[in-house]
Amino acid sequence: MSNSPKISLTDLHKGFGTKKVLQGVNLDVAAGESVAIIGGSGTGKSVTLKCVLGLLTPDSGSVKIDGVEMVGAGRNAQDAMLAKTGMLFQGAALFDSLPVWENVAFGLIEGQGTDRKKAYDIAIARLADVGLGAEMADMSPASLSGGMQKRVGLARAIATQPEILFFDEPTTGIDPIMGDVINDLIVKCTRELGACALTITHDMASARKIADRIAFLYQGKIIWDGPVADVENSDNPYLQQFISGNTEGPLDLDLKHL
Amino acid sequence: MPILAPIGRVFLAFLAVVGRVTVFAAKTLLHCVTPRFYFRLILKQMCEIGYFSLPVVAMTTLFAGMVLALQSYSGFSRFSAESAVATVVVISITRELGPVLAGLMVAGRVGAAIAAEIGTMRVTEQIDALVTLSTNPFKYLVVPRVLAGLVTLPILVFIGDILGVLGGYMVGVNKLSFNSGAYIQNTFQYLETLDVVSGLVKAAVFGFIITLMGCYQGYYSRGGAQGVGQATTNAVVSSSILILISNYIVTELFFVR
Ligand SMILES: Nc1ncnc2c1ncn2[C@@H]1O[C@H](COP(=O)(O)OP(=O)(O)OP(=O)(O)O)[C@@H](O)[C@H]1O
Ligand SMILES: [Mg+2]
Repeated sequence: MSNSPKISLTDLHKGFGTKKVLQGVNLDVAAGESVAIIGGSGTGKSVTLKCVLGLLTPDSGSVKIDGVEMVGAGRNAQDAMLAKTGMLFQGAALFDSLPVWENVAFGLIEGQGTDRKKAYDIAIARLADVGLGAEMADMSPASLSGGMQKRVGLARAIATQPEILFFDEPTTGIDPIMGDVINDLIVKCTRELGACALTITHDMASARKIADRIAFLYQGKIIWDGPVADVENSDNPYLQQFISGNTEGPLDLDLKHL
Repeated sequence: MPILAPIGRVFLAFLAVVGRVTVFAAKTLLHCVTPRFYFRLILKQMCEIGYFSLPVVAMTTLFAGMVLALQSYSGFSRFSAESAVATVVVISITRELGPVLAGLMVAGRVGAAIAAEIGTMRVTEQIDALVTLSTNPFKYLVVPRVLAGLVTLPILVFIGDILGVLGGYMVGVNKLSFNSGAYIQNTFQYLETLDVVSGLVKAAVFGFIITLMGCYQGYYSRGGAQGVGQATTNAVVSSSILILISNYIVTELFFVR
C-alpha cells in the first residue's frame, strides 16, 4: 500500500457554538480502501464528511487529501480536490429545478464539460446501475419516493467516476433487496474501479459487505478502528454494545429515563 | 444604563448585517465579471424575473397613470392649471412612480421567490451538493439572478412608463375631455431625456437590490421551513426599504446640483 493515504484526518475538532461535536477525530483511508464509519445518531458522522469536503471549516486539526492539506487551502486546491470526489448526501440533496437525468449528469455537464447528448447516455446507464429505468429520466426529483431519491443521489455521486467517494447512509430508507444492489454497486466502485470510499452507515450488514475497515465514532472521537473481520471479536465494550443493539451497556445514550 | 445596552446591541447587529450584505454584493459583482458564465440560466432568469412580472407591472403603472390624471386634474383645477395635467402625469410616471411602483411590485413577486428557492436549496443541502459537483453557487445561482434583475427591470419600467402615460391619456381624453392632440403635445413638450433616463437608472438599481437581497437572504437562511419563511419575509421587507432609500439617493444625485 502506498505510504501516503488518500484521506487523512488528524485531530479534527468541530463545534457549533458551545456544543462540541468532533473532539479529535483521527482516521486514514488508503487508496482503493473502503472504510465505513458507524456510530450513534447525532455523533457527528455527517459533520465529519462535510469537514473533509470543505463544506464546513474545522475548528482545528488537519484534513489531507492525497497528501494536500485542505484546511485553509485556496480555491484551486479545493477545486482540484472536488473534481476527484463524489458525495451522496444523507437527504439526497437533488436539484429540484432539474429533471432526474440532469441531476445525474450534472457533474459531467457542468464540471467536466461533457456534451449533453453523451452525458444523457451516461446518466441513463448510471440510473440503470441503481435500479432505476430510463422512464424516470425526465421526471422531477420531487415526484420520486425517498428511496428513489437516494438512489438518484448515488448515481449522481458516481457519475463522474471519482477517485474518492463519500456516501452518507446509502442504504437508509431503501428495501433490503435494493439495499443489496446498492451494496454491490459500492463494492464494484471500490474493488473493481479502484476508488476509495468513506461510507457512513447504521446498517451493520451493509458495513460488513462494503467495507474493508470499520471506524466507530463515539463522543467526538474514533474510539475503535479495525478490519471488518475483527469487529465481532473486538473486546471494546462500546463497540460490542453498539453492534448488538443493546440498551444496557457502557454507551451514554442520552436517554431520559422517566 | 439598562436601556443603552440593548440599543447598542441592536446597532452592532445592524452594522454586522450591513457588512455581510456589502461583502455579499462585492463577491457577486466580482463573479459577474469573471468566467464562467451560465448564459442559459441568465436567459431563464430574465424570463422568470422580467417576462412574468410584465402583467403586474403593467397593471400597476396603468392604473397609477389613470389615477394621477384624475387627482392632478381635480387639484389643479382649483387654480385653473388643468393644462398641466399631461406634463404632471408623464414626469411623475417616468421619474418616480414607474420605477418605484414597479420596483416594489417586483420585490414582492421576485424577491420572495428567489429567497424561497435559494433558501430551500440551502436547507436541503442542494447548495452543498453544487459545491461538491465543482460548481460555484455564486456563479450558478446568484449571478444569473442579479444580472437578470439588472437588465430586465429597466425594460419593465420603460414599458410601464408607456402604459402609465397611456393610462393618463385615456382618462384625460375620455373622462376629463381633453383634446387628444393637445394632450399628446403637452405630454412631450416639457419631457426631457433625463426624466426617462433617471427612471431607468433607478430601475436598474432596484433590480440589483431586489435580486441581491433575495439571494442574500436565501443563501444564509437556516433552520428548515421556518427559516426559509423568515428569509422570504426579510427579503421583501429589506429590499422594499432599500428601494425607497436608494430612490431618494439616486434622485438627489440626478437632480440636485
Ligand atoms: N449546521 C449545524 N449547525 C449547528 N449544529 C449542527 C449543524 N450540523 C450538525 N450539527 C450538530 O452536530 C451534531 C452531529 O450532527 P451530524 O449530522 O453529524 O450527526 P450524524 O452522526 O450524521 O447523525 P445521523 O446518524 O442521525 O445522521 C448534531 O448534534 C447536530 O445537532
Ligand atoms: Mg448524518
